Amino acid sequence: MERIPILRMGDLLLVTIQVDMHDQLALSLQDDLTCAIEKHNAKGVLIDISALEIVDSFTGRMISDISGMAQILDAKTVLVGMQPAVAITLVELGLSLPKVATALNVERGMTLLKQSLST
Amino acid sequence: MAVTHTQGELPLKEERDIVLARQAVRRLSLENGFSLVDQTKMVTAASELARNTVIYGGGGTMKWEVLHDGIKRGVRLTFEDQGPGISDIDLALTDGWTSGTGMGLGLSGARRLVNEFELTSNVGTGTRVVIARWK
Repeated sequence: MERIPILRMGDLLLVTIQVDMHDQLALSLQDDLTCAIEKHNAKGVLIDISALEIVDSFTGRMISDISGMAQILDAKTVLVGMQPAVAITLVELGLSLPKVATALNVERGMTLLKQSLST
Repeated sequence: MAVTHTQGELPLKEERDIVLARQAVRRLSLENGFSLVDQTKMVTAASELARNTVIYGGGGTMKWEVLHDGIKRGVRLTFEDQGPGISDIDLALTDGWTSGTGMGLGLSGARRLVNEFELTSNVGTGTRVVIARWK
């Protein structure tokens, strides 16, 4: 079955979404990621969506839920790389992801995660 | 008066069809010279409505047509199902209201992303949503 790969780097998990996800794939990512946080004792999750051409309310909710679930498991999530057209559309759609930490790119996202882990 | 040049239809029966619908709308928007932001808005609106058709309508179709009105160009999409219908359309168009497990932004959000939006629904016979966006 098709799966989005989750990479481990120290106590961080990295996810790069590079395909146009159908709903079931988004839901399996949610499951896989929460399991991976537990399995690897992860303290932070970086989700790179720079290759995603759209984020609709379903994907938006999935991202927001992942962030909330990770938080309960004591891991911080940072969403990085959202394309400007996606950000414009998402806000107009009515979804501003208030509870999700974001960064412009992977580099800034990593800095943000490392900062929050060292305090 | 808009003159229709090309049109087509896609089935919306299962989740994977939502992805195919998104790709078709992306191609249509691109071919008709939509800016990247406009393409993204149209594809996102289509994704929301296609999901409604599959999940709440029990499956249906998406019809597409390219519109020409003088020098203006546009894309019109019609989502149709023979599902249970919507009993209170005003309520269904309210932000945050959902009959299912979503966030309740599908219909109201899609409406904000397009230039034209028309929803007709009858309980027991189905729902039809027509949207259009002009370049």
